[in-house]
Order: sequence, then C-alpha cells, then structure tokens
Amino acid sequence: MKRSLINARVIDPTNGRNGQYDLHLDGGRLIAIGEAPADFSAEQHDDLAGKLVTPAFIDLGAHLRDPGPRYKGSLVSESAAALAGGYATILPRPDTSPVLDSASHIRTLLDRARDVAGVRLAPLGALTQGLEGDLLANMAALKSAGCVALTNLRQPIRDLGVLRRCLEYARTFDITVVFQAQEAALAGQGCAHEGAIASRLGLAGIPESAETVALTQWLLLIEQTGVRAHVSLLSSARAVELVRDAKARGLDISADVSMAQLHWTDEQLEGFNANFHLEPPLRSAVDRDALRAGVVDGTIDAIVSDHLPHEAAAKSAPFAVSEPGMTSLETMLPLGLALVEAELLSLPRLIETLTFSARRFGLKGGMLEVGEYCDLAVIDMEQEWRVSSETLVSAGHNTPLLGMLLKGRVEEVLLGDTGYV
Amino acid sequence: MNLFDLSLASADVRAASPAQVQLDEQGRLRHFLDIEGLPRSVLTEILDTADHFRGIGDAEVKKVPLLRGRTVANLFFENSTRTRATFELAAKRLSADVLNLDIKTSSAAKGESLMDTLVNLEAMQADAFVVRHGDSGAAHFIASQITPHVAIINAGDGRHAHPTQAMLDMLTIRRHKGEFANLRVAIVGDILHSRVARSQIQALNTLGAAEVRVVAPQTLLPIGVETLGCQVFTELAAGLKDVDVVIMLRLQKERMDGALLPSESEYYRRYGLTRESLAHAHPDAVVMHPGPINRGVEIESAVADGPRSLILDQVTNGIAVRMAVLSMAVSGQMKARAERRGERSRGAGA
Repeated sequence: MKRSLINARVIDPTNGRNGQYDLHLDGGRLIAIGEAPADFSAEQHDDLAGKLVTPAFIDLGAHLRDPGPRYKGSLVSESAAALAGGYATILPRPDTSPVLDSASHIRTLLDRARDVAGVRLAPLGALTQGLEGDLLANMAALKSAGCVALTNLRQPIRDLGVLRRCLEYARTFDITVVFQAQEAALAGQGCAHEGAIASRLGLAGIPESAETVALTQWLLLIEQTGVRAHVSLLSSARAVELVRDAKARGLDISADVSMAQLHWTDEQLEGFNANFHLEPPLRSAVDRDALRAGVVDGTIDAIVSDHLPHEAAAKSAPFAVSEPGMTSLETMLPLGLALVEAELLSLPRLIETLTFSARRFGLKGGMLEVGEYCDLAVIDMEQEWRVSSETLVSAGHNTPLLGMLLKGRVEEVLLGDTGYV
Repeated sequence: MNLFDLSLASADVRAASPAQVQLDEQGRLRHFLDIEGLPRSVLTEILDTADHFRGIGDAEVKKVPLLRGRTVANLFFENSTRTRATFELAAKRLSADVLNLDIKTSSAAKGESLMDTLVNLEAMQADAFVVRHGDSGAAHFIASQITPHVAIINAGDGRHAHPTQAMLDMLTIRRHKGEFANLRVAIVGDILHSRVARSQIQALNTLGAAEVRVVAPQTLLPIGVETLGCQVFTELAAGLKDVDVVIMLRLQKERMDGALLPSESEYYRRYGLTRESLAHAHPDAVVMHPGPINRGVEIESAVADGPRSLILDQVTNGIAVRMAVLSMAVSGQMKARAERRGERSRGAGA
C-alpha cells in the first residue's frame, strides 16, 4: 500500500532528523522524506499533526516466558505488549524452558514467532549449555540459526578459564557477547541493595561489589580476548565508571540500563512492595543519578525494558520470596517521556537509546533510510492513560505503576516488512 | 496520582508506611507490625497497659473478660516455643478463644499457599492473627492482603522486626530503671540477623533513651546500622563502658558455618558477657537476653543467673505486653468497625 504520513514531528536520531517532515511509503519501504516523488500517488493519507513519528523501538531486555511458563506470558501476549509499547523488534533472552542453547530451539522459536507473533524476534542464545556455565554452547550454530548475540544472563561462569574460552570462541565467529555482571558468591541470597534501607527492613543485601567485581573480571577478559561485548542492566555508579574507563581504553563495549533503574531507588522498598523486587536491585539515589548521567553522556547506550511478566501469585508473597521482575514493555515510553519532561534527557536521546540495539546487533530498523523498509512508531505524547489490568496487554500485571496515570502512548507500530497492511 | 505531578518525574509508588498501616485515622493501634512509625504516645500506652496487666498474673484468677467471644489465631510459620506460649497465655488471660497453627513447611509459607492459608483462616472469622514468619515483611504483607478488621500482630518476621519482644524489653527496663531519658543501652551480638535488635533500637530511640549502642564484630553488623540511631562498637569493653543496660542477643549456631565467625570459643572470648566484661558497665547495670540462652557462648552462667540478670522478668513481662498489644489492637479494630457501622446507619437514616 502507498501511504503518506504528513504533518508529524519526526525524530530519527541516527540521521539527525528532528522536525516536521512528511513520510511517503510504498509497501513498507520509505520512498521519500519531505516532498513526495512526482510519480507517487498515496492511497492513504494519514494526517499526524500533533503526533510524533520515530523509528519503532528495539528492545534488548525482554524475557519471553514462552517456551516455558506460559501462564506468565506467551509469545502472543508478550509480542502484543511489545507492539503496544512501540517495539518492532525484541531480542528475547534465552532463559526460557528449554533454554535457548541449541539451533533447533532457536529455529522452533522463530518459526512459531512467524506464525503467531506480531513483533519481530532476534533472539539471544545461551553462551553456555543450559546456562549452566560449564560447557560452551554451539555458538556458531546458534548464530546460523538466527541468534544475534549470546549471553549467560546472570548465571555464573565460576571457572574463569571457561569464561575466557567462551569469549575467545565467540570472537572466532564474530559473535557479540551480552553479559550481566553479578558475582554469585557476593550476591548470596540477597534480594535488595545492600544499604541502610535493606538493613532496617531486615532484607538480605546484594552489595555493589557483586556487580563491580564481576564487571572488572569480564572487562579484563574482554580486553584480552578482543570480543565484542555488551554489558546489560548496569545498576551502580561505580559500574558506570568502569564502563566509561573501558570505553576510553578502546574496548569494543556497549552498555544498557533498565528504565526502572533510572526512575527508582531502594527507597521504594519501604513498605515491602514486591513489585520493586528486581534483579539487579534498585540501588541508591547516587547510583540512579550516575546511571542517568551515563545515559546522557553516552557511556550507557541503551535503555532496556528488562520486561519480566509474572502471574499474580508470584508477587503475592513476602518481599524476599516474591519472584523478581517487572512487566515493563508497555510503560517504557511514558516513563522515558517523564525523564524528558523533567529535563533529565532530551527527546532525541531518549529515542536513540530505545533504538540503539539495531546498530549494535546489525538489525534492520532503528532509523529512517530512504529506499529501505522501515518500522515506525506513531506516538501521542499528550495522551494520558491509566495503567490497569484492563489497559495492559502483557499477561503480567506485575508493575508498581498499576493505578497510575501516565502520559504518552504509542498509537501504532507500522512494520515495514508487512507492507503496512 | 499523576506521574507528572511528581518532582524528578519519578513516581512515588511505595507501599503504605508502617504508621499508615498500623494506626487508624484516630491514631489507635489496629495492627502491631513494627515499632517504626509508632509515636511515643502509643508505645507508652502499651507499656502502661502492660503494667496494669502484670497484676492479673499475680491474681488468683488470672483472667479478664476483655476479649471474651473473640478469636486469636497464632500462625507460626517458624518454630518458636516461648513466643508462641506467651502469646497463647496472653490471649487466654484476656478470655479469647485461641487457635494454634504451626505451618512449618516452607512451601506453605510462600506465595499462593500462604494466600490460601490466609483466606481460609479469614473465613474462620478470627479477630486477630499473631504471625511468626521467616521472611522479613511477612506480617506487613499479611496485613495488606486480608480483610482490614483482623488485627495482625507481628511475632517476628525474618530479620525485620519483633516488636512485642522489644516492648517487653522496654517494660523490663522501665520497671527497673524508670524513665529512659538518662539511659545508655548496649545491644551485643548478632545484630545482622536480629529482628529483636532492630525493634529494640527503634523503641529505645522513640522512648528517648540517651544512647543506644550496638556491639559486634563487623561480620555481624548490617551495613549502615548507625542510620537506625545507634553508636557502633566492635570492641566489647568500649561498647559496655558505663552503660546502664546490657542486652545480649542469641547467637545462632549456623552463623559458624557461614564464614561469619571462626569459632564459638573465639566469639565468647571477644564478645561473651562475663563477670569480668560486665565490670566495664555501670555498677548498677542490668543484664537482659531474649532467650533461649547459649551459656558459655553469649553469656557466662554466673551472669545469666546472677543478681543483675532480668531474664526471667522478661518472660513474665512478655505475657503482660502481649496482653496489652492484643487488647489494644483488637479493641481498636472493634471501635473502628463500630464507628463505620454507626456512620452507615446514620447515612441510611439521613
């Protein structure tokens, strides 16, 4: 279908666009920006005055619960949640059941996704077999099957010799390694940031050193092996410094932070609200401010959802035994706009952080390129909506924002490869 | 609440504060979950009421009809002989019907199973739940989940709070030392894992104690413990210097396996309360311990059984304090319910 989207504010950080442009599309392909070509005749004109159009978002941090505990979320429900949140592509994490550690699991997932998911999947595979940290996964096969990077998530690789071999082998096949820094022995059975608040509430703490000790080890081995790496879900000020130093030393490394870490601190744990039980834990205001600064100065490249839907019972328990995680794909945009409204972040920078993964992981999208398929998000920045069981699409309603009035909503995601039908 | 009404664009979506949960609009106690958030007046009322109830223990008929026709359910998800027994006795002395439930399996203590247990008990129309649970915040969680007119009394949750133990300690101190204003109190031992210590520190500060100290090796001190309102000592002699009250904490044997301490003998040498180490305290200092005691690990028998020990007084006071808390919370709920009924009938009449 030939469509013209006119009068919208368009932001495309990659190409430095931020202003009112008309977009002309044919079968999902961007034909022109600005004036329509002489021979172009749109079948549909969408006047988007007052709306914002950006490249659709790409999320590096969503956990699909499918295959696995589908009562927490299915490919269908979470894919719909992603679309509702403005995402065209998600890079689901491999902690499904079975773990995404073989090419056949990846192919099965991608086949099913083509049948049932509205959103595009670019999965992360397991770095070690079963995420157990002992044996290397069949990395080359995983890459061939469609994995865009490999990760062991927060599961420990205790033997540093094995970790080194993982990185060397990934380097051999030019695969990006995504890691979440947490030293298991230091984290122990902790469920909250180790600090005065956890001490008062009697919650076992996870010290900042659980992150920084592991991060330091990884960075040294990344430097040694030369592998391309991405550190996910930073939580502490000191970790931001370590990444900043590593980038300055020339390591091929990028980083992300979850939206929750940019908003909240461990003060939210007062009253034991289990919806704030997250991994890594919400840390201090100093940490949150450093994470925000890291996003602004580019040390942190992406803001991710860390979307982890749960059934109600998973959070209906005392804080420490509730399951960690928050459903978040659908609230990413309004929470991001809240940071913009508070002048902590510019709007183009926000969009850049929500689309960064395209460039880093070699995916389509994330920018407006004439002649190419393009995924677009149409956003009403002023629309207010209340987060509720009725308005959430995700199967998980485990968010502390239930009942809150948020501003900014994605009206539509146009997927280029569907031809916008 | 609108997100954009908030400064820094960060939604303050915390759960209700301890004070909001525990007190009704008139400031009456409706749950007793935590010392935190309770004003001095409420703590003093608990102590005064408990003082009054102490006399009932000395009477020939150890019963008052305050909670006649009411049901108190003791829900113990974690073992406890002494606390459970004193709560049972307290409820019976108030003439309540008592239901004792030991729910020890960990699976029943979690998630859906816990909720199932609660809704079933709720259906039995209990007026108060006394809850002991291994997870911090469990009593708070239960109070947030069940019907508002059931009083929840925290009988110890994880490492978080043990408010009735703290209040029985306060009663014991007040009866022997009078007012709190001039008192220096040292709490010695495993502060890290102690729900008792946290509640004691809060109670002593709320009641106006001059100085609260904690004494322990660094491995048994929570990060930022000083923000609770106490001075931190890692050496026993310095920590006990001139204190008026010494509260020893129980040391769990499993702490030895967790690389927190090298051995019981070294712990006893450095932190055990002996006649010699007690000499650093004020000559009139009293000694307390929540029990059960590890003799020769935390405390020397001669001190535990000596003239300055108030350990058995603590047990007696425990019954009186639990009677006070149960009667206040249940009657607070009853009054609130009666007021609501009154408002409804006035509304209907109008």
